[in-house]
Amino acid sequence: MPLTPEQKKELEAQLETFVGKPIGPAKAGRDAVNEPMIRSWCDAMGDANPAYLDPAAAKDSVHGGIVAPPAMLQAWTMIGWDMHRGYDEPTNEEQRLHKLLTDNGYTGVVGTNTAQGYTRYLRPGDTVTAETVIESISEEKATALGIGYFIVTRTTFSDQDAEEVGWMTFRVLKYIPAQQPQAAASDAGGAPAVPGRIRPPMGHDNAWWWNAVADGILPIQTCNACGAHHHPPRPMCGECRSMDLGFIESTGQGTVHTFTVIRHPQFPGYDFPILAALIDLEEGVRIVSNVVGCDPGDVHIGMAVEAFIHEDEDGFKLPLFRPVK
Amino acid sequence: MSASIRFDDVKVGQELPPLDVPLTAAIVVGGAIASRDYTPVHHDRGAAQAQGLSDVIMNILTTNGYVSRYVTDWAGPDARVRGLEVKLGAPNMPGDTMKMTGRVTSAENGSVEVEVVGKNGWGNHVEGTVTVDLPTGA
Ligand SMILES: [Zn+2]
Repeated sequence: MPLTPEQKKELEAQLETFVGKPIGPAKAGRDAVNEPMIRSWCDAMGDANPAYLDPAAAKDSVHGGIVAPPAMLQAWTMIGWDMHRGYDEPTNEEQRLHKLLTDNGYTGVVGTNTAQGYTRYLRPGDTVTAETVIESISEEKATALGIGYFIVTRTTFSDQDAEEVGWMTFRVLKYIPAQQPQAAASDAGGAPAVPGRIRPPMGHDNAWWWNAVADGILPIQTCNACGAHHHPPRPMCGECRSMDLGFIESTGQGTVHTFTVIRHPQFPGYDFPILAALIDLEEGVRIVSNVVGCDPGDVHIGMAVEAFIHEDEDGFKLPLFRPVK
Repeated sequence: MSASIRFDDVKVGQELPPLDVPLTAAIVVGGAIASRDYTPVHHDRGAAQAQGLSDVIMNILTTNGYVSRYVTDWAGPDARVRGLEVKLGAPNMPGDTMKMTGRVTSAENGSVEVEVVGKNGWGNHVEGTVTVDLPTGA
């Protein structure tokens, strides 16, 4: 259930109180930097760098002896085993922040970005302590996964002499899942099925339009009272307020009103680059679609295009446009 | 691993040798445990499926490990990694392959930036930049 504007205001006021807060006291790593953990890391990463593994070669390198892989920075202060139990009760401010969002319906969480800086390489025997601050919380954003808030934490890592050895920022999205992710059938542990196009929401006011597309036509809503044409479909005529609405079949002939080329981010289920365009149909309505069948560089404003009904591999149909030959 | 790349031999635009990482359960689970990340979706297929995933997914520390390793495989043991920045996308799961490619995007004052992409069957798992200092002089 979406939050009311009042509830959202209340939530955002609470979120604001977390910004700038340390998540808790500085946390010392459970073990000093050590070679067995370095070797386990190198095994899993397929990393054969002698600076991490071979004392003699490491001695001759710029490092002057065995060093830990820099990307292990965060590993030295991970909680470890206790993480498998999850957290019914939050144990620090970051978890309290996540729980606040979860309790408000923002149940999903996904790491989206991280950055690390390595002030110096760590050596066996170094001890590492981490201090993490909640650096920022975004406004609510609409994303491919659903609406949510981006949370950035900043961690500073220091050694036994309280000198900084590195830092990390970590950005997660706490979101209201837009749709249940489809579990792929892969009982033999094979590669996951590649997901398809994200389906449009279909309700009382627009499902008929998609059903007509599935039948192979491009419909345009019309007002039976005043004759106006509408797109996208709506429950009431904006010209005369009539709710007596019908549709006609478009000829599919149109021109490019404007367009953009989407190159990133490349989420699954689509062919990139995507040429997203606003098309002016000759019936006088404007529709969002993709132009395909030509090079993005060949598309221009005013270009004549024609619609066709495209069918995805999973049977979903939608109107796309191609240049008029 | 051969001798280290020298700064003076690096050119902006230069491409790194590609690397295909066959994603196994051992890599996904082993990477999570080696980084002391016991979050269930990284080692427990049942827990992953309860979240709508078809299998366990690689944790971010392992992604960082591969991105960093990909660059130092090329640069050699005398390289010093200064930092990395990654953007995460399609999850890495057993049975898939992550194809890694890289390109030098800047080379100044002994320091090189490499843009790295790791692509799997769904799309880009990771897009990142690694900053690495290389030995200078002869
Ligand atoms: Zn009307």
